[in-house]
Amino acid sequence: MTENNSSVSAKRRTYALIMKALMWLALFISCSLVAFLAVYVLARGLPNISWELLSTKPSYLRETIGILPDILNTLYILIATLAVVLPLGVGAAVYLNEYAKNKRLVAAIEYASETLSGIPSIIYGLVGMLFFCQFLGMRTSLLAGALTLVVMNLPTVIRTTQESLKTVPQSFREGAFALGAGRWRVIRTVVLPSSVDGIVTGCILSVGRIIGESAALLFTAGFAHALNGFFEGLSSSGATLTVALYVYAKEQGEFGVAFAIAAILMLLTLIINLSADLAGRYFKRRRDT
Amino acid sequence: MKAKSSNQALEKVIHGIFLILGLISVGCVLLISVYLIVAGLPAIREIGLFEFLLGTRWASTAAEPSYGILPFILTSVYGTAGAILLGVPIGFLSAVYIAKLASPRARAVIEPAIGLLSGIPSVVYGLVGMMALVPAIRKVFDVPDGASLLAAIIVLAVIILPSIIKVSVTALRAVPKEYEDASLALGATPVETYFRVSVPAAKSGIAAAVVLGVGRAIGEAMAVMMVAGNVANMPSLFESVRFLTTAVASEMSYSSGLQRQALFSIALVLFLFIMLINATLNLFLKKGGKEGND
Repeated sequence: MTENNSSVSAKRRTYALIMKALMWLALFISCSLVAFLAVYVLARGLPNISWELLSTKPSYLRETIGILPDILNTLYILIATLAVVLPLGVGAAVYLNEYAKNKRLVAAIEYASETLSGIPSIIYGLVGMLFFCQFLGMRTSLLAGALTLVVMNLPTVIRTTQESLKTVPQSFREGAFALGAGRWRVIRTVVLPSSVDGIVTGCILSVGRIIGESAALLFTAGFAHALNGFFEGLSSSGATLTVALYVYAKEQGEFGVAFAIAAILMLLTLIINLSADLAGRYFKRRRDT
Repeated sequence: MKAKSSNQALEKVIHGIFLILGLISVGCVLLISVYLIVAGLPAIREIGLFEFLLGTRWASTAAEPSYGILPFILTSVYGTAGAILLGVPIGFLSAVYIAKLASPRARAVIEPAIGLLSGIPSVVYGLVGMMALVPAIRKVFDVPDGASLLAAIIVLAVIILPSIIKVSVTALRAVPKEYEDASLALGATPVETYFRVSVPAAKSGIAAAVVLGVGRAIGEAMAVMMVAGNVANMPSLFESVRFLTTAVASEMSYSSGLQRQALFSIALVLFLFIMLINATLNLFLKKGGKEGND
């Protein structure tokens, strides 16, 4: 190796050295950014998290702030969005992979799905407001917000499901067809069970996007902090954690609460990433054995 | 015989249901496009296309309102360009290191960290930008208010960093090992091989990463709203500015009449920008796919 190095001219050695130094510098910047963000948010946020903050709603009389309504709203929106987007997305992926024969139609659907994934969330928020809140008369409500998020997350679920449907061996289908099963039965009993991994991955990715979304919810789900049950909550306006963070930081100057929510969001992101990783590993092991 | 025909009918119904599910995404794209055009055109027609796009004064609530969105367009373009200039070199060089030089153990730490960066909600970036970056800019550059185009550029660069790294790493890993082996065998050093063989071979993927970053930067609303100051000035690095996205977001809640319609028109302009970027992205991705097949 040393002999090899000495045969390389000084100019080329300097080039290698400079490029290596630049790469080290870039990587150092990227990694220290992550470290700074994590430490800064947790250090300023965790001390502000108290049981009272987590378990109450804001009270003007006692001048206290609680984020329980925001936590519940996030949960409601999560449940409602997933309940709609999973069947829609998985169904679309099944159509693309198992039924569609017309190549133009497949290309059109895939192009539409790609386009959807590139549209910024503020535009979703705007069209969601026009269509769900005004045209369909849902007003500003968690349901309108959830339906807006359904459209946003549709491409993710379609893509991950489609990817795993493609890995189901053709022989599984042929075997089932040869036993006399109809197409629907083959999908139900053979294809879908073997593509659970893609559906789970899509689900986890969507959970991350739903929890982190704010711009699309501002005008569709609104800002209210009322404590509601699930169905009551869906029909009324409510802030999710991200929207609450924005309102507390930008409009009310309650930075302690904002950092507390940021720390919670950070921990949730960490948990979601870890579970995506674990699920990926679990399914890989199951497939290999 | 009867059972069979009822089975066939069932299959047809189910086929129909799946067809409808498949067409929903097409329907959504059409719905979004139609809604934006229908809601966005009236104000442009009333204000006049050139006055709207090239007007330099936005005063929607003044006694004599003026609706020129050139400041927003330029701010979005400059802000995105700045974020790309800052984020792409860092992301690209990090990606080469992660894909080619890093040991498996280092990768096991770095990649989840980058994953965390890409999962953090944009309001959290906005909050950190607002509380740490904006005061820092005010102090370092000695300006009256740190909420500025510069702050927005830095926050956007951080937001696009993880997706640039991820997409570039994927592209670099897909380069056939034979290319690199051949280059090494001809006497090139590893670093020369990475930058003169692997990177050119992965250039479509890396270009796609950059275009993806452009799309994310131009579409980001909340984080920018929290750090850019939100005044409709012509863009300047230390001036408080308003982006296309934040122009829509900041006035929507109290707007009415022509002002509200003009906000929809801004969204339409933003949408056209995004469609242009998507078309570019598809071009690069298709090219990359072809290169991979050769």
